[in-house]
Amino acid sequence: MKKLKYALFTGCTAKQSTPEQMISTMAVAQKLNIELVELTEASCCGASHLQDYDDFLSLVLNARNIAYAEKHELTMVTICNTCQLNTAMTKNRLDNNSELKDRVNEKLKEVDLEYKDTSKITHFLYAIIEDVGLEKIKDMVVAPLSQFNIAPFYGCHNIHPSELHNESKKTLESSYRPTSLDDLIIACGGKTVDYEEKNKCCGFHVELQAPKTASILTGNAIAGAMDANADWMVTPCPLCHLKLDTQTHHASKAIGREVKLPVLHMQQMIGLALGCSSKELGLQHHVSKVDFV
Amino acid sequence: MSTNKITTQKVNFKVFRFNADEDYLPYYEDYYMDVTSGEVVLDILNRIKWDHDGSFSYRRSCRHGICGACAIKVNGRSTLACKESMTDMIELFGNKLTIEPLSIKRVVKDMIIDKGDFWEKHDAIHPYLISDVQEHPEHEHIVTPTEAEELLEADLCIQCGACHYACPVTEINESFLGPAAFAKAYRFEADVRDQSHDERLQELHSEEQGIWDCVKCFECAEVCPKDVNPIDKITKLHQMLFHEGVATSNVATRHAVGFKNSIAKHGLLDEGNLVLYSEGPAIIKHIPVALQMFKKGKIIMPWNMPKSDKLDKIKKLVKSSSTAKF
Repeated sequence: MKKLKYALFTGCTAKQSTPEQMISTMAVAQKLNIELVELTEASCCGASHLQDYDDFLSLVLNARNIAYAEKHELTMVTICNTCQLNTAMTKNRLDNNSELKDRVNEKLKEVDLEYKDTSKITHFLYAIIEDVGLEKIKDMVVAPLSQFNIAPFYGCHNIHPSELHNESKKTLESSYRPTSLDDLIIACGGKTVDYEEKNKCCGFHVELQAPKTASILTGNAIAGAMDANADWMVTPCPLCHLKLDTQTHHASKAIGREVKLPVLHMQQMIGLALGCSSKELGLQHHVSKVDFV
Repeated sequence: MSTNKITTQKVNFKVFRFNADEDYLPYYEDYYMDVTSGEVVLDILNRIKWDHDGSFSYRRSCRHGICGACAIKVNGRSTLACKESMTDMIELFGNKLTIEPLSIKRVVKDMIIDKGDFWEKHDAIHPYLISDVQEHPEHEHIVTPTEAEELLEADLCIQCGACHYACPVTEINESFLGPAAFAKAYRFEADVRDQSHDERLQELHSEEQGIWDCVKCFECAEVCPKDVNPIDKITKLHQMLFHEGVATSNVATRHAVGFKNSIAKHGLLDEGNLVLYSEGPAIIKHIPVALQMFKKGKIIMPWNMPKSDKLDKIKKLVKSSSTAKF
């Protein structure tokens, strides 16, 4: 198989609260013969909050991150939906507004960088589906997940706003009937679970300022998956993962019902199917215990 | 003229039916129809009423995407019935379509809902120009094209309610003003003639109902039939709060500012410190979850906080590119 190579923008959680996401990303990349060049110079994307306070600074920082991927002449791969949104949104705004792009580049010049619009930006989920291919994954599966009902949880920032994200994908993914995660579950041998909340919000971004709203949304998501008879959930977003994995106590209290399911990162699910061990995927880092491996 | 051929498809419509005066519970009626390319969702509503059941009720008026009366939900997606092509809906959801009102808990009859909460929230943001208009002005009030452009997108809102009833927060928090009201508030805040900046912004700043409770899901932008892009307006209102100096220190504003502080220090976000900075003494309520996370290796000690390479360059950029005054 041809070796694929990407510039990896890890985001902040992979280095802190979701270490298992970083571990499993590397494990899966190795299995799939993907070389990931980590953008160690990258800063935080602002997580859709910095821009509320200082929009221009957010643009400059994101453009700087992309500029490093461009220096490597590689497609930038993100492993967080919100990083994907903020980076893609920056790219979209700069590419469609040359005056803004010039203003940003004026700043980047101070640190000897330039944003040129030469690198694509895509989430690892789509890089795997489009460049490795589902057929290839299917062929490589050594431990099919056939005994599991798996609930996909897409995470808003990978599917909304559709016009932004579909730029980075060869095949259109609908905001209302997304299929990528479902397809991946099937390729890994699992059974997908259909439920209303699969493309809904987990509430992560208001966890501090509106904890009740955030907890109800998290609770509804897990409850929806449980009622659809899911054994576990899978998500491409570490922020959704944090909500669904660590906040079950508050979520249960908010909706008046005990909710809890193991939640895997998309990378961990692929890793399991490709024969990685529980340790290689960092499953011991989960708060909602992964009890089926 | 398009040279495309006319195509016809069989579609099963499951239509929500309920009459608050007569029915104890709502029910769904099945209709099977041939749908021809070129038809919009409103054509289907009309055909149900005219060909199948005269008692079927829905709002409609202009048929041109102007009056905003006919917004409903198709397979859970808010849509303006007179604008939405059936071909697109079938392509998106297949040949089984569920037709429902915008908000089931507010139904009066079939597709007709009581939009009272929508209008109350619309009124709450003072949806009009607040200005001391001189009775006999001596000269024109010039608004430049650039200034007008600022509010153009927001001005296209037709109050159809598609975003309001698609928003996951309005669904669970009765006091949240919602994306349509915010977009309208922005329309006047961005108007150079408006003189009530602080008063309106103060209300948008308040907890529970204000813009800080937006979950940033982009659902509103996705469903808007007029491309108002409400979440973009919400972001601009956030920025205005800081720029106009209306923002006061609370958990939400500290949360936004905390990102800048953290990036200036580490390049990356210091998650623990962000929570501490945002919450202040209230951080105590996070301790039980933090302990669980710590046990699982999910919390980094301050002395192990990772930093971006070339941090000096990031620091330089943060200093030179900052535009916020708060």
